[in-house]
Amino acid sequence: MPNPIRLCCWAWPHDSIKGGTMKTMEFRFIAVPSMTAAILALGSGDAFAMHIMEGFLPPSWSLFWTAVSLPFFVLGFRSMRKIVADNPRMKLLLAMAGAFAFVLSSLKIPSVTGSCSHPTGVGLGAIMFGPSVMSVLGAIVLLFQALLLAHGGLTTLGANLFSMGIAGPFVSYGIYKLADGMKAPRSMAVFLGAALGDLLTYVVTSLQLAAAFPSATGGFAAAMVKFLGIFAVTQVPLAVSEGILTVMVYNAIRSYAGETMFGGATLSGEVK
Amino acid sequence: MKRSILKNFLLAALVIALAAVPLLTMSDAEFGGADGQAEEAITELHPEYKPWFAPFWEPPGGEVESLLFALQAALGAGVLGYGLGYLRASRQPSGAERG
Repeated sequence: MPNPIRLCCWAWPHDSIKGGTMKTMEFRFIAVPSMTAAILALGSGDAFAMHIMEGFLPPSWSLFWTAVSLPFFVLGFRSMRKIVADNPRMKLLLAMAGAFAFVLSSLKIPSVTGSCSHPTGVGLGAIMFGPSVMSVLGAIVLLFQALLLAHGGLTTLGANLFSMGIAGPFVSYGIYKLADGMKAPRSMAVFLGAALGDLLTYVVTSLQLAAAFPSATGGFAAAMVKFLGIFAVTQVPLAVSEGILTVMVYNAIRSYAGETMFGGATLSGEVK
Repeated sequence: MKRSILKNFLLAALVIALAAVPLLTMSDAEFGGADGQAEEAITELHPEYKPWFAPFWEPPGGEVESLLFALQAALGAGVLGYGLGYLRASRQPSGAERG
């Protein structure tokens, strides 16, 4: 569990108060989300969360989603190699994007439906690097949870990767670009991208389950409504939380990683 | 400077409120996992379906599971914190030109 107190103190001595640096103090408040993390982790008990469970997709669908996800994974891997080759320093930012997804997908948060689910944290990386790298970072998160936590699974890895590592990030990136293109404030664009990408991940999960388990009477549509009621409604407040946390971390990274380290040609949307 | 502190404080408070309000208002809810409910829904829709694959290993109980979830959060938070600290320290001091 992250220790919020330590994080706070650790951030403290570095803060020098200078007139010209509007965002100097922002870093300290990164400690707050991890404090939230600590509080929420305490309450999680034996709850499970999302992802399609191991063995809960028929073999044909497991194969189908694995086949769909694979090209994106290869694409993401190549994109990642290119990003690192162009600027080796981007490794740090890639690691941070992965770390953000690691933290957020470990937080099972109570929701208005009286059940728990967790955010995905993939929007941040999608917005910073473009969506395809998240298929690789998302796969790492999913593999960790499938192998160590029996959360998600190997046979459902392809399907879960498609929803969380591919569909979600592509929507995040698309919405972010769209909002940015419409001259929305940067924070608003990041918020919308991250929140809607999070929500869509669970819409896709519902779709995947409804396709595999259509209702005997109502068919695909009835099953879809049922699964949406379970996943998507639960996810709405979590999507808002994910949007907010993404904005906070994005702003912090942006204000620190600005021109100095990355020559101003790195964060997507800021390429000159 | 004051403004960005306030902004982040309010944002963080909002995130906490979003999680706390359901906890406070729905005192009889169990807050189980959405995927557990999905499992029930599948059984309801297709009572004959049997999972054809089981995890190789499962955490032997809630305590170990929460340990591993906490580990996942800690690893992520550690890397994120290291990265932000690194970026911040290597940032050029504002207003000062480097020679």
